[in-house]
Amino acid sequence: MANPIEHGGAAAQSNSFRQQPDEHGHFGGRYGGRFVAETLMPLILELNEAYEAAKADPAFHKELVYYQTDYIGRPSPLWFARRMTEAFGGAKIYLKREELNHTGSHKLNNVMGQILLARRMGRTRIVAETGAGQHGVATATVCALFGMKCVIYMGATDVERQKPNVFRMRLLGAEVVPVTAGAGTLKDAMNEAMRDWVANVADTYMLIGTVAGPHPYPAMVRDFQSVIGEETKAQMQAAEGRLPDVVVAAIGGGSNAMGIFYPFLDDVSVRLIGVEAAGHGLDSGKTAASIERGRPGVLHGNRTYLLQNADGQIDEAHSISAGLDYPGVGPEHSWLNDIGRAEYVGATDTEALEAFQLCTKLEGIIPALESAHAIAYAAKIAPTLSKDTLLVVNLSGRGDKDIFTVAEHLGVSL
Amino acid sequence: MSRIAARFKALAAQGRGALIPYLEAYDPDRETSLELFRAMPAAGADLIEVGMPFSDPSADGPVIQAAALRGLKAGATLVGVLDMVAEFRKGDDETPVILMGYVNPVESYGYERFCKDAAAAGVDGLILVDLPPEEGAVIAAPAQAAGLDIIRLVAPTTPDARLEYVLGHASGFVYYVSIVGITGTRSASAHDLAGAIPRIRAATDLPIAIGFGVRTPEQAAQAASIADGAVVASALLATLAQTLDEQGRATSQTLPRVLEQIRGLAQAVRAAGQQPE
Ligand SMILES: Cc1ncc(COP(=O)(O)O)c(C=O)c1O
Repeated sequence: MANPIEHGGAAAQSNSFRQQPDEHGHFGGRYGGRFVAETLMPLILELNEAYEAAKADPAFHKELVYYQTDYIGRPSPLWFARRMTEAFGGAKIYLKREELNHTGSHKLNNVMGQILLARRMGRTRIVAETGAGQHGVATATVCALFGMKCVIYMGATDVERQKPNVFRMRLLGAEVVPVTAGAGTLKDAMNEAMRDWVANVADTYMLIGTVAGPHPYPAMVRDFQSVIGEETKAQMQAAEGRLPDVVVAAIGGGSNAMGIFYPFLDDVSVRLIGVEAAGHGLDSGKTAASIERGRPGVLHGNRTYLLQNADGQIDEAHSISAGLDYPGVGPEHSWLNDIGRAEYVGATDTEALEAFQLCTKLEGIIPALESAHAIAYAAKIAPTLSKDTLLVVNLSGRGDKDIFTVAEHLGVSL
Repeated sequence: MSRIAARFKALAAQGRGALIPYLEAYDPDRETSLELFRAMPAAGADLIEVGMPFSDPSADGPVIQAAALRGLKAGATLVGVLDMVAEFRKGDDETPVILMGYVNPVESYGYERFCKDAAAAGVDGLILVDLPPEEGAVIAAPAQAAGLDIIRLVAPTTPDARLEYVLGHASGFVYYVSIVGITGTRSASAHDLAGAIPRIRAATDLPIAIGFGVRTPEQAAQAASIADGAVVASALLATLAQTLDEQGRATSQTLPRVLEQIRGLAQAVRAAGQQPE
């Protein structure tokens, strides 16, 4: 229904970057959308209606704030990283401490929003995909909290390299299903979760862990993650009396980045930098840098930049970090890239490993390997920036889950 | 009249529904799948669905996933698939050929160029599983210009209000996905089908084919008589897979066994048509 007030509002703010997607779920008229089989189409239309209703309901927000505060532990601090700042010798470095959330990453922000929505919709069974296992753990956690059935699809390769998280999910009562199709990573887990959903539409809610999938997921997940950027804005105001100059975040599917970017989109003085996993190097053929080395195409319900071959077959991504090992990226990032509002760069496996150790030694914070990609890029540009430049890194998760991977790369046997 | 419309009209005159077998292009190699393709009409195929292999077939079960993977390993590309259809057309100008697959390879090829090349190769219709009418504008005009039908899926979950919208964007025939699920997993009961098909009939004049979960000759006969056609995919691909050697190569059993199964399905479909209503 055309709402005259909304129309007036949209016209008044027509040069805002915060008006996407359109009613069809398209970002910039091109990316995103709803590319799903007919069996799922009525479901995502229903989900869209349910989400719009929840968004407009103060009781839903009140409930969400309650769980954000008393269960997740929000707000997360904005930490001035003094020793890192001194070591880099340039910009003033702040860390947004999403690793302090319950379950150790930003993932719970989104999961909490969606589980409350699933409950409103009367669903009793949750399916989700996971890469690093952080989204799976967050999902299993809220399913335990609300007594719901939980099935997590995880690539067999990832089950191997993220054993502690697999054990955590099982302790929390989830069924973890290893997926052997393809390379056994995140994209294969996503396919399998979608197959489960198609087969169990009556009672099942699919809880997607990043700003991808068919509309409304990219917009909805962004909205639930935007608490990161909103807090950062207020905290920086309190600490420095102004906006930050640069915001840096790692990009897997792009949810922690969208969450910290979104509230700053219309503050055009703020440089937004998304760091993709370059893997062995952007031109090595073993990379997960979808925006830098991919081209637009359709996968998992939306149009976005994808790593694909000349015939439109999707390539396997590569990254040391399971959470970034995905050949696509959220469609809003594709749009922000094309219009130049955000910059997208890469950090390699090696650079991430160095940043992982650096952050641990200088700040006493063990970052997730995913977040270490953002730190690695901050380390690269900070020395080129003046000392009064305010640079925020989104520390999206803690690295306890990664110590085995890191030990192996350092040649240490645990 | 298009080959699809002509074929359904002729079958209606005979008082029976269509058998629509599926093959995955390049499964397990180009030569074998082309030979199978060419032999299908004589075995009783009324229309043929050719799968375009895709790396991420998220609406398909394990059997079609494995077939797609074998096809890709054997070097399937869209150019190669269209070339197979052109080869087929040299010997058969009447059997309708429908390509079925996912949208990304087609988007990558270019919608306009693909529709032109497909029509030139002798393709009659397209089913793009993950391109609902909401996103269908990219292909509607090029397909129409090339004379290709866009075959739409309808599912048990499709509500009445939406049925009208979906069928407004359909041509050729309507593909009824008879189960809520992925390919090759479960089957619909005759009771479910008898309830579902009149609902679609009321909303369209197009022929209706039933797919997903049609495996046995009995099920095919039932589906083809309740609706206007039955699509059999996973059951045939499973048979093909069983005949391969340890390296996944075709054996002397591959073609005979799959064709024999098609003959059995065709016999049942034809026999059902001859029974008085
Ligand atoms: C700690 C952490 N950061 C980042 C990511 C990447 O996801 P996204 O780009 O959606 O934030 C993950 C994914 O598992 C993660 O666990």
